[in-house]
This record gives sequence, C-alpha cells and structure tokens, in this order.
Amino acid sequence: MTEHFVGQYRAFASNGAAGAPEWLRSLRERAITRFVEVGFPSTRLEQWRFTNVQSIAETPFTLRAARWDAGRVPLGAVVTTLGEAIQRWPDLVRAHLARYAPVEANPFTALATAFLADGLLVHVPAGTVVDEPIQLTCRIPPGAGRPMAHPRLLIVLERAAQAKVVEVFDAADGVSLTNAVTEVVLEDGAQLDLCREQREGAQSYHIATTQSHQGRDSRFVFTTIALGANLSRHDINAVLDGSGAYLILNGLSVLGQRQHVDYHTTIEHAQPHCESHEYFNGIFDGESHGVFNGRIIVRPGAQRTDSKQTNNNLLLSETARADSQPQLEIYADDVKCTHGSTVGPLDPTALFYLRSRGLGAAEARGLLTYGFGAEILDRVVIPGVRERLDRVIRDRLGVPELAPAL
Amino acid sequence: MTPPMLEITDLHASVEGNEILRGVSLTVRTGEVHAIMGPNGSGKSTLAQVLAGHPAYAVTAGSVRYDGKDLLDMDPEERAREGIFLAFQYPVSIRGITNSYFLRSAVNAIRKHKGLDELDPLDFLQVLEDKLKVIGWDDSLMNRAVNEGFSGGEKKRNEILQLAVLEPRLSILDETDSGLDIDALKTVAEAVNKLRGPDRSFIVVTHYQRLLNYIVPDHVHVLAEGRIVKSGGKALALALEEKGYDWLKPAAAAGTTA
Repeated sequence: MTEHFVGQYRAFASNGAAGAPEWLRSLRERAITRFVEVGFPSTRLEQWRFTNVQSIAETPFTLRAARWDAGRVPLGAVVTTLGEAIQRWPDLVRAHLARYAPVEANPFTALATAFLADGLLVHVPAGTVVDEPIQLTCRIPPGAGRPMAHPRLLIVLERAAQAKVVEVFDAADGVSLTNAVTEVVLEDGAQLDLCREQREGAQSYHIATTQSHQGRDSRFVFTTIALGANLSRHDINAVLDGSGAYLILNGLSVLGQRQHVDYHTTIEHAQPHCESHEYFNGIFDGESHGVFNGRIIVRPGAQRTDSKQTNNNLLLSETARADSQPQLEIYADDVKCTHGSTVGPLDPTALFYLRSRGLGAAEARGLLTYGFGAEILDRVVIPGVRERLDRVIRDRLGVPELAPAL
Repeated sequence: MTPPMLEITDLHASVEGNEILRGVSLTVRTGEVHAIMGPNGSGKSTLAQVLAGHPAYAVTAGSVRYDGKDLLDMDPEERAREGIFLAFQYPVSIRGITNSYFLRSAVNAIRKHKGLDELDPLDFLQVLEDKLKVIGWDDSLMNRAVNEGFSGGEKKRNEILQLAVLEPRLSILDETDSGLDIDALKTVAEAVNKLRGPDRSFIVVTHYQRLLNYIVPDHVHVLAEGRIVKSGGKALALALEEKGYDWLKPAAAAGTTA
C-alpha cells in the first residue's frame, strides 16, 4: 500500500529537495523508513478504530507544494518560509523542527516529515508582544490529478513573547489530501492564542497533527474548528512541561452528509501546578460521524495538576453518530481531574422551555443548536475571528443573524 | 365580577399512560391570585405543565378556555404569545445562548404576534433596564448563558425576571419557592408582588404555606390525587400548615391509596 507514496518520495528526494542540508535530508530518510515500516494505520489499531484511511492509502496522489498566504505580517513577528528559515536561522530551526512531533508517534506524521519542505516558521523574539493576529491560509493549488500536500508550520515564541495566530485550511475542490503538521513551542512565560479553521472541500481528506510544548508559566489557548473535508483526523498533543503552564483546548465540529471527523487529543501534565481545560462540542447532521478521544496523562511528580475535560455531541439526525472516549492516566496523587461527555439529540425539555417563552419550534431548535456552537466560539478571543466563524456556523445551521443583545 | 380569564372544566391528563389529573375544574378571573396546594404527587406540577402545553402530557378529557378560546388547541408558543407564562420548577439551562439574547428573542416573538415592531438591541436594553428597576434587581445574570451554572436561587430569580419582561396576563408559578432560603424567597415574592395588577392573574403552585405569607392569594385550592378537594380563602392555607393534608384526602372509597 505504501509503494506509491515511496515512489513519490524518491522522486521528491532526488529532485529539488536534494538541496536541503544534510540533517534535513537524513530526517526525511528516517521518516520514510519509519513510514514504510508501519504503513498506513488499520482500524485494528485502537487509535484508528473509528477512522478508516484505506481510501487514502489506495489513492495515487501527486505531490504538490501547498500555497501559504501569510497576509501582512504584523510588526515584531517573523513569518518566513521554512526554506528561507533554514538558510537564515539554521540553529533555531534545527533545534525545534520535528523535535516535538516525532516520526514514531503517527504514520501520517512520518509521511509528512518525509516530504518536509513546504511550510512556514513563525518566530517571535523574547519579550516581544505582537497584538495583531498573524493570518495564515494554506491551500492546495488547483490543478489536474489528485494532489497531496504536507504543509508544515513551526511556531516558536521565545521567553515572555506573545502572539495570536490564525491557521486556515481552505476549500479545495476534487479529491485531495492535506497532511499537515504544526509544532508549537512556547518558552517560559510565552503566550499564544492559536485558532485553526479546517474548511476543506467535500471530497478532500484532511489529516493533521498539532503538537505543542510549553515551558514554565506559559499560556496556550488553542481553538480548532472542523467544518469541511470528507474525512478528517486531527491529533492534538499538548505537553505541559514547565510548572504553572496553562492550556485551554477548544474544539467545534459542525458536520453533515457523510462527513467524518476524528479528534484524538492527548494532554500531558509533565510538571506540577499546571492547568488544562478542554472543551469540545460536535454538531452532527445527516450521516456524519464524530469521534472524540481525549487522553489526559498526569506524570509522576506532576502534583497539583488541575485538568478538566468536557465533550458534548449533538446528533441532529437519527443516522448521525458520535463516539466519545475519555482516558485518564494519573500517576500522581494530589491532582484534580474531571471529565464528562454527552451524546444525544436536542433536549425536549429545553425545546419546550424555549417554546413556552414564545419561540416557534423551528426557531427554538435553531437556537439550541447554534448555542452548542456558540459555547465554543465564545471562547475565541482573537479579534474578528469569532465574528467570521459565527457567520459561517449560522450559515451552516440556517440560524438567522441576531445582532448582539448588549 | 370580572369575566373569567381561565376556565378549566373536568380536566383529565396522563403521562406515559398514567392518569395524573382526574377531573380538575377551576375558574380564574382577571386580576386574581390563586394558590394551588397539595401533597407530593397530587398533580400540581402536571396541571401547571398541561396549561403551558408540555407535549409529554396527554389531555384525555375536559376543556380549558382562555379568554374564551380553546387553550388545549394551541401550541406552547401560541399560548406564550397569547400571554401565558410558566415559571418552571426546574428551569432549563441553555448552553451558548446568553440570557439577554434569549429574552430579546422571546420578547420579539411575542411582539411580532401582536403586530408590533421587533425591538432592536438598544430598545430592548431600555425595556430591560426599566423592568429591572421595577423589581429592584441588577443585570448581573443577563450576559451569562441561560441558567448555565446558576445557583438554585439565581434560576428562580431568572424565571421571575423573564416574567417581568414578557408581561404575561396569566402567570403560573410552579413551586417557585422550592429550594429557596427565606431571603431568596422574600426577594422573589417581592418581585412578584410588584408585578401584580388588575389585569394580571396568577396561579401559584406550592407545597408549602410559607410562600403565601408573602404572595397573598385571593383563593386557595387543595389538589389531591388529581382533583381539587377543597377550596377556600387564604385562611385555608394556614389551616393546611397546621393540620397537614391528610384530613383532606379523598375517602378510601375512591379506590386508591395516597
């Protein structure tokens, strides 16, 4: 099953990509070797139980470079292609790239690392506060055939730096594969708001890993929104590796037809006094299917961990489905960890409550459904992004706009 | 005597095949406050829910006329738009929707029904502030998601706030006193008293006489095993407080046990 991809790799490695530095070339070699070793994951693996990627394995994709658009880069931040970054700041790139998202962890990360070439570095130097959001859009360029791209993003915030970043993976028509890896490094005291919006085309496959590594007293707020793709799988692995680190993970999926989304999140509390809050909501209509697997690991010695996880799934049709699996692995004794999940249709009592206040049945259903999404959107703090997403979600759900009340 | 606003005649209702109301008859005139008391399981809350149109209850016999119209023929939202309000015993939380957004949607649904222009956010804010001033509360609950994470007292206050803003003609308070300490109870009762008026009627459903010290009713009815077994003035509530409900239960000859 892997031959076609290996063939693509050989062509890539001998052509154009050959100019990369030795360390990068050997990283790619190691990655493709790993990929060949493990192959595409089968549904027999626990981690892939609900997500069948056989159709990806069987599609003869053609490698294409993703097209990144970084808009106007705000003052204080460096946003540059990885190719340029490797030339100008080789030590910085080498110190972080592929260090947090290891090729061993996931066959798709291995595949992405084998093709590692097109991507961006976002770098904010120590103590620099960048207020204006950095807007990144990634598209697979239109063209013949079935394109695949392996876009890579490396975000490094040095000590006490602050930034806001928006990642958008935009619609591509036709069959395509996006296999994206984002690595986030927050040094001590750094603060990052990251919002990711996946709105790829109806026939596309979207595979992603977001790997974050946080130092002492750092703060990371990550919101991920899944609207598009025929099949999407997103692994989020967050490591709290300095005491006092703080993480908020928000997720919202709004799916219909035969769409499939699979979120696997792992939050690792490696040091004491860290706090993590995870809120994932899913709205599933048609024959869509949502998977949420939320794992929280509290390492030995990570005392005073405070971790909260909730996953709520709303099924709007009889044929929609959601699977929710929390997993707590706690190896310390002085911790506070809670989790909860729900799967079900709209609450009939809530519907009656709204109707008893004068709202029509359809309006009541729309409002309850929209509330499921708004609960997550309200957590998006990047200016302008919440409003834009709000419009997108309202369009999706057919809920008319009501100007903010106060 | 003022004309009847609500006329309930021999009302029977069941939930999941169990008959809960077994022939309730009651007339409420404009401006009156009626208290409905009774032991647990007597059907008090069922009566409240049936009047508001809860779809889980099936009316099997009898009639309810509201302003001369067939109430049972109306959807819950129609009843609300026509001026009926149920303060829930267990108010429902709505994730992601703020109280102010929810209330404005409700106000506009009712205004639209009356052929009035919808309120824009600023007009609504003014209406809200006026109402808050009347009942003497602040707007601290307005920007929170509806009842989400509210304390028991906050939930009940929120119901009364909705009542104040929606200006119903017939308000049904379903055990609004349950779970409230005495201070919270007084706060809620004072607000309700400020909303009383000659063109507004109230049905106050309660298990305890305590609430009726503060919301003084014109009529008191005792519901037991799905029927009104005794009616009287406010003195009846005091008698119930003293003697309990047992002396009023239908005779064993009725064929059921309490």
